[in-house]
Amino acid sequence: MATRLEQQARPDTMLINMGPSHPAMHGTIRIMLELDGERILNSEVEVGYLHRAFEKTCENKTYFNLLIYTDRLNYVSPLINNLGYAMTMEKLLGVEIPERAQYIRIIMSELSRISDHLTCLAAMAMETGAFTAFLYKMKAREFLWDVIEQTTGARMTTSYIRIGGVRADLHPGFDAALKKGLEETRAVLKDVHGLLDKNKIFLNRTRDVGVISKEDAIAYGWTGPALRSTGVSYDVRKAFPYSSYDRLEFEVPLGERGDNYDRYMVRMKEMDQSLRIIEQAAVRLPKTARAFIVDGVEPAASIRASRRVRVREDIQLSPNLEGSEKKRYPDILTSSPGCAVPPKEDTYTSIEGLIRHFKFFMKGHGIRPPKGEVYFSVEGGNGELGYYIVSDGTDRPWRLHLRAPCFHIVSALEQLIKGRYVADIIPTFGSMNMIGGELDR
Amino acid sequence: MEEENTLAVLGRRFPGRVREVLVSPGDEVAEINRQDLLEVVDFLKSAPQDFSMLLDLTCVDYAPGKPRFEMVYHFFSLSRLRRLRLKVRLDEAETRVASLTSLWKNADWLEREVFDLFGVVFDGHPYLRRLFMYDGFEGHPLRKDYPLRRRQPRIRMRD
Amino acid sequence: MAEIKKKHPPAGQFITTQFNSLLGWARKYSLFHYPFVTACCGMEYMSAACAHFDIDRFGAGWTRFSPRQSDMLLVVGTVTQKLAPALRTVYDQMTEPKWVIAFGTCTVSGGIYDNYAVVQGIDQIIPVDIYIPGCPPRPEMVLDGLLKLQDKIQHQEQDWRWKKKIP
Repeated sequence: MATRLEQQARPDTMLINMGPSHPAMHGTIRIMLELDGERILNSEVEVGYLHRAFEKTCENKTYFNLLIYTDRLNYVSPLINNLGYAMTMEKLLGVEIPERAQYIRIIMSELSRISDHLTCLAAMAMETGAFTAFLYKMKAREFLWDVIEQTTGARMTTSYIRIGGVRADLHPGFDAALKKGLEETRAVLKDVHGLLDKNKIFLNRTRDVGVISKEDAIAYGWTGPALRSTGVSYDVRKAFPYSSYDRLEFEVPLGERGDNYDRYMVRMKEMDQSLRIIEQAAVRLPKTARAFIVDGVEPAASIRASRRVRVREDIQLSPNLEGSEKKRYPDILTSSPGCAVPPKEDTYTSIEGLIRHFKFFMKGHGIRPPKGEVYFSVEGGNGELGYYIVSDGTDRPWRLHLRAPCFHIVSALEQLIKGRYVADIIPTFGSMNMIGGELDR
Repeated sequence: MEEENTLAVLGRRFPGRVREVLVSPGDEVAEINRQDLLEVVDFLKSAPQDFSMLLDLTCVDYAPGKPRFEMVYHFFSLSRLRRLRLKVRLDEAETRVASLTSLWKNADWLEREVFDLFGVVFDGHPYLRRLFMYDGFEGHPLRKDYPLRRRQPRIRMRD
Repeated sequence: MAEIKKKHPPAGQFITTQFNSLLGWARKYSLFHYPFVTACCGMEYMSAACAHFDIDRFGAGWTRFSPRQSDMLLVVGTVTQKLAPALRTVYDQMTEPKWVIAFGTCTVSGGIYDNYAVVQGIDQIIPVDIYIPGCPPRPEMVLDGLLKLQDKIQHQEQDWRWKKKIP
């Protein structure tokens, strides 16, 4: 079946394909263009080249297991996807999260948001020719990923924010590492401001290109920095505050004209605000005096000794589990039963603990929310990231749907590039921050 | 000033045709019939309800329950910061529903996605074509009777 | 695509084996790669290519965005059934000698996605030289894979004669 573009094209125009293997490194999307010289008369966008059947796969996995799939949705800010899923499930289950876990979630989420904006603007700058800005931002991103790696164990796909809290507490050197990361990011942002803000070439390519009006943006369902660049002030963190965001002070930067340059400036300013949030949260983090266990007994030795004496409680866990000892559980995970992984000390020392551990992970048992449905959204890097979960009372979701912010933003691409030149597609598409994993799910 | 509950307003305007369904805390959910969809949505979009944004549009397959499909719409009002969920149940024999492309522009791609993955046809959609799957793919993947691992390769595989 | 052959040649073929090694040395240190980037591994590819974990110091820094100008196809990220014909076309358009690196578990074996939409490993579509597992692999692993590819290139039978052998 011929596409609409092929059917409606005039015979004297040229049909060009900007194919799925895109040098602009945004993943895979296909833009078919009808050109008259360099001017675009009509276009058609084809998506679905990264459709990985996320929603169908999740219907076959337990609630705990499908957390890893949520990492890979918006893969430049994976912790925010984790947070969205965890908070949706917590709303369905009706559990409360301890305060320290909430602040840790805020810090991690804002670090992810900064790395999302850094990646988006780096790619946009590189494609317009500003390669130096790309390299600087990647350098800043490495420092942030170092901080994330030391805390969560992985640079990118972390699965750190779990239902009921977070996986492990912050490590002892966290404050110093965070300070270094933030310093480096601030230095890089200052450099990039100097390179691009008043750069005549960058301005010519982005000012008044890809303009969208407020009414159109709302009609398309835009949210996030793209909507705020048109002047509409809607941020989920301010409108429906979640996870202690209402106790922190930050501003929501707005643009005026809704063109590419405004989207760039809104993202740059949002990074400054995110840095501010992280600093406030790091100061307000409820202190914990619980020390890490240094001298404990190996689990195998404890089990052997328990044949003669009572089981010893101070088990020395493996270094992988540092931060998730039983003593730290009240800080990082909810106390409601059945939501979180039982502590390993119980698993190793008592038979009831072992049974609870197995029942948490077995199919058919584990996290079983009540029957019903829920919708909850968080502020992702691109806008309102919403999860709609329908539960039928078993341990797997009946339906899980993601409200992907960049799906709505990219659906406006055909309108934004109509009548412009081919070279205008690049900064327009770059400023939209299309992430294939989120767009195609 | 207390804002009036949207469900109460809907119940007054369309008596008997709106069923209030509160299934989770904090969410306002209403269920309507297939024929009333355009009328209700028109009323919601205009002032003073002012649900200016269509947040999401999706479908749930309740096989083997009847009626099989349920269309779920999420609306959002920017000025009043309120959300509303609207549900429409569709029978297996008649999986057609009115399209919202005349009211919101993002309904275009959202409805194409639901058509692609569930097979629901939207009356009045200007270009109803598969969005995620490719030409030549048979079936609608997110239906409950489509097995997860049934692959339909596009080119010949080597091994 | 030849296999790694390390055997002692008969005397008299000394010149050709030396020339073989010279060609292998030249080819392995000047790899122009075509990044076929689709998904999350693309972020680690960007990290591996940038200043922190520089891929340029191994000679593979030049990214060529045309298959005709590149000799290494770096398939990064999940390949879906919809995208498979495009991958095959890109591979066919590359000129000999060419090598393929499968970057990330999704390209190695389909990864965590075993469903109707994902190709279970790109070796079902194109022949692969080096597999780099990881979800996503650390940049150090990527560099290790690149070094293994360079080893392979050095020791394989270089195709330099004007009479091309059809595999």
